[in-house]
Amino acid sequence: MIPAAFEYYRPKDMAGVLSLLEKHGDDARVMAGGHSLIPMMKLRMADVPHLIDLQDVGGMSDIEISGDSIKIGALVTQTKIIDHAGLAEAAPILSEAALQIADPQVRYMGTVGGNVANGDPGNDMPGLMQCLNAIFTVIGTDGERQIAARDFYEGAYATAREDDEVLTAVIIPMPKGGYAYEKQKRKIGDYATAAAAVQIVSGGGACVSASIAMTNLSDVPVFSADAGAALVGTSVDEAALKAAVTAMLGDIDPTEDNRGPVAFKNHVAGIILRRAIARAWSRA
Amino acid sequence: MKDEVTREERVDNLKGLGCSRKRVEDARFTQGKGNYVDDIKLDGMLFGDFVRSPYAHARIKSVNSEPALKVPGVLAVLTADDLRPLGLHWMPTLAGDKQMVLADGKVLFQGQEVAFVVAEDRYAAADGIEAVEVEYEELPVLVNPHEALKSDVVLREDLVAEDGSLPDGAHGPRKHHNHIFTWEAGDREPTEEVLANADVVVEQEMYYHRTHPCPLETCGCVASMDKVNGKLTLWGTFQAPHAIRTVVSLISGIEEHNIRVVSPDIGGGFGNKVGAYPGYVCSVVASIVTGKPVKWIEDRMDNLMTTAFARDYHMTGKISATKEGKITALKCNVVADHGGFDACADPTKFPAGFMNICTGSYDIPTAFLEVDGVYTNKAPGGVSYRCSFRVTEAVYLIERMIEVLAIELNMDAAELRRINFIKKEQFPYKAALGWEYDSGDYHTAWDKALKTVDYAGLRAEQAQRVADFKAGKTRSIMGIGLSFFTEIVGAGPVKNCDILGLGMFDSCEIRIHPTGSAIARLGTISQGQGHATTFAQILASEIGLPADSITIEEGDTDTAPYGLGTYGSRSTPVAGAATAMAGRKIRAKAQMIAAYLLEVHDNDVEFDVDRFVVKGAPEKFKTMKEIAFAAYNQAIPGLEPGLEAVSYYDPPNMTYPFGAYVCVMDIDVDTGVTDIRRFYALDDCGTRINPMIIEGQVHGGLTEALAVALGQEIAYDKQGNVKTGTLMDFFLPTAWEVPNYETDFTVTPSPHHPIGAKGVGESPHVGGVPCFSNAVQDAFRPFGNKHTNMPHDHWRIWQMASKLGMHD
Repeated sequence: MIPAAFEYYRPKDMAGVLSLLEKHGDDARVMAGGHSLIPMMKLRMADVPHLIDLQDVGGMSDIEISGDSIKIGALVTQTKIIDHAGLAEAAPILSEAALQIADPQVRYMGTVGGNVANGDPGNDMPGLMQCLNAIFTVIGTDGERQIAARDFYEGAYATAREDDEVLTAVIIPMPKGGYAYEKQKRKIGDYATAAAAVQIVSGGGACVSASIAMTNLSDVPVFSADAGAALVGTSVDEAALKAAVTAMLGDIDPTEDNRGPVAFKNHVAGIILRRAIARAWSRA
Repeated sequence: MKDEVTREERVDNLKGLGCSRKRVEDARFTQGKGNYVDDIKLDGMLFGDFVRSPYAHARIKSVNSEPALKVPGVLAVLTADDLRPLGLHWMPTLAGDKQMVLADGKVLFQGQEVAFVVAEDRYAAADGIEAVEVEYEELPVLVNPHEALKSDVVLREDLVAEDGSLPDGAHGPRKHHNHIFTWEAGDREPTEEVLANADVVVEQEMYYHRTHPCPLETCGCVASMDKVNGKLTLWGTFQAPHAIRTVVSLISGIEEHNIRVVSPDIGGGFGNKVGAYPGYVCSVVASIVTGKPVKWIEDRMDNLMTTAFARDYHMTGKISATKEGKITALKCNVVADHGGFDACADPTKFPAGFMNICTGSYDIPTAFLEVDGVYTNKAPGGVSYRCSFRVTEAVYLIERMIEVLAIELNMDAAELRRINFIKKEQFPYKAALGWEYDSGDYHTAWDKALKTVDYAGLRAEQAQRVADFKAGKTRSIMGIGLSFFTEIVGAGPVKNCDILGLGMFDSCEIRIHPTGSAIARLGTISQGQGHATTFAQILASEIGLPADSITIEEGDTDTAPYGLGTYGSRSTPVAGAATAMAGRKIRAKAQMIAAYLLEVHDNDVEFDVDRFVVKGAPEKFKTMKEIAFAAYNQAIPGLEPGLEAVSYYDPPNMTYPFGAYVCVMDIDVDTGVTDIRRFYALDDCGTRINPMIIEGQVHGGLTEALAVALGQEIAYDKQGNVKTGTLMDFFLPTAWEVPNYETDFTVTPSPHHPIGAKGVGESPHVGGVPCFSNAVQDAFRPFGNKHTNMPHDHWRIWQMASKLGMHD
């Protein structure tokens, strides 16, 4: 559990980060809280000859809530998400999800940016951000660009971010309606056996819009547009729930692991989604 | 002089037996001031670590160390070829087998030690490991012992003679090249006859899965060979430091007086730290070769994958009874998966430990047990994980067989237990498989437990829940887990218990200082049990000096008397008895000193709490403090100066703690999630030394029981890869997963132990595993479940529900 030797850098500004990335290319990785990357380095599953710590780069630790969106800096920790009063008001699904990530010690260090950027299918924030239709801001030597969370994930640990780019912020359109983040895990600190993020807007007793994403049920987070669509226009009754679950099951692709076989995961994904929809609907 | 202090206050001042004295160890542990092996840092100390096999079964074609030797900081790479001239490429195991220290031509399990890289620090060692080039030729892998017994693949060529015949093993004839031993207890034919003619017979196969003790501190050592004085010092995470010293002497040829073994603070053992590991041998050799201290510390994956596992018993029980439920016979067959080497830590004459306690707490007239040990491509071990030798397996078997029999008889399982318990007046009770239970009062404990939890009320609630489930009103079912266990601890009487020929007595040596304080040294070693607290309490009551004035020291073989260490709940039954007996020797001499000081005959004084008083004249007395001083400053005719004693205690019998546990559990049949609503644990460990520490032990043992029952396992795939090598997949419960425990007790003292104590550290694990498992299985009983193997993690519970049609 000892990583291969690496050079450690702690630049003071983003220009310093980007010049290191340009110089070392594939051999360099940036690190925020380190709670995904460092274990992989210790297991020697990630070989990072040049490790660039973002902690001294300013401007990425704030949560800004404006009229129509929320901007979360990449270095904002899960703990800060949980403790932020304005966020609890504006987007309570974030703290509901963050409270189900790992344990308090990890949440003090683990960041939103690291969680979404690493591309680990077990991480909770990617699915959540797809549900919320968040936009990720990345910066490279050619400047900034925006990538939708729903377009960001390409495979396990493979994302639309280029090797010489840094994810700096997450921008979330102001969530509307009822919400729920439902997660089944074996124990504290575990990745999800299945998790579902749901936002539902109701109007006149019917579902006006619904957004659904699933975690750890494929090699990428799964935004299921069809599952959301199955609820729209319904009173979120049994038939609608069934249709949403069926649609979602068509989109996920779980694999067998120590959490259980595929049949179990599909079953639990359905149960978890039903519960998430029910809770979100009760809050809509 | 008027004595202002009441007798009651004098008793309280001692903090002796029965006092919930706070743990004296905790001041340093809670402040981060403990001294564990990895805290030991010596000048010039080197660090060693292993190149490990990625394959479960492979021939080693070559090992090239050259690239590693070019890594900065790497000083040496040891292979089997380097150890062979010293005869140290293999080492004896505690089970009479031998084990490769470093791979000698082949590897038999994933993670097996192939080469030992010695470097200036652990970082350079880690880089050196990556650089060693090993060429493997993969061989067919056997991970199932039933298949291993039929396979042509020979795992241990070293145990097959040149003519193809199979020499006897350490425990007799071997039936197959992958077979280790057959061990029998009881009477085969009479048992089979009763089973054949019984009113009711039920047979059940069950697999007690492989798991692993998981102390927070992994195994490790520091070896330091002083070439000037020829003395080897070995600090390590040893549960039995003296036994390690003897083993090191026997295999290294270094005279035993030139070896000092020290167990410093140990962060949990649970059986994992009883045996000898290749890391110890390699560290010693590396220190001899380099002349410098060498440290080896496992990481968590090394620990889970390679050091001693527990359980892995494929058991078949067959039990018979009358129509009324009176049990008439029990037969048990076990196929025991021992991995690549037989490194079980059991008393020598008991290759399956005390599995023959499997008749449990019941008066079963006829029984037979047969255990076959088998080699497979898994890590060696087979230790007693928070239990006496294989007792967890034995109690699981009988407590499941009782449930299965109750189903067959359509009887309540609590009542079935009650009508079969050994009765109070039957003790000492000679069991069909040979043990003599020292004492017990099972009916009282059982009735108390059932009354406390309102058992009848729970069954009524469960019946309602079943009705609601069937009516579609709920997806949650309810289980009532019962277990009644009898442990067998305190190994043990030298006449039948030894390890490598070392009798399993234990020892205590006491020195009383002139000012009335004391130091006592024992042959045991605490790994968190609180010996420094509790042994001082035993002594305080025996010698009348306050526990706070008594230092307890263990773990340094240069100073502590010889003992067999701490495991199998043997410390209190054996070393605790030695402590009391040594204390009594002190008291006997103190009596003579007191009589001299009081100018009366020896028989005219009697002990009273903290003093000797003249019989019939309590105002005339000498306190133990005064007596201690007199021992050092007066010339007393006929007595040597000083006040010291030593006792080596060979127990006349084991002790037999018991308990009654009830678990109430709700289960979500759709997700497989379990919720333990209530857990009640009544323990009878005889005389209670420190109730607070007992409660802590019960909480800890139950938590490890919950882990094993609900998910903790070492799982292998068909290629012999360990699937649960990290704490992500190996279930180690935290406060979040653990329910509230209610503890209770009865007191049935051991009749042969000097203070009547029986030991408690492992009881809750032994009784807890079947209780948690029975709760799960009981929830599904109304839906047709008879038996389902552990671990009961979410997906396996979901699978139970699916097989019973509960998702249809």
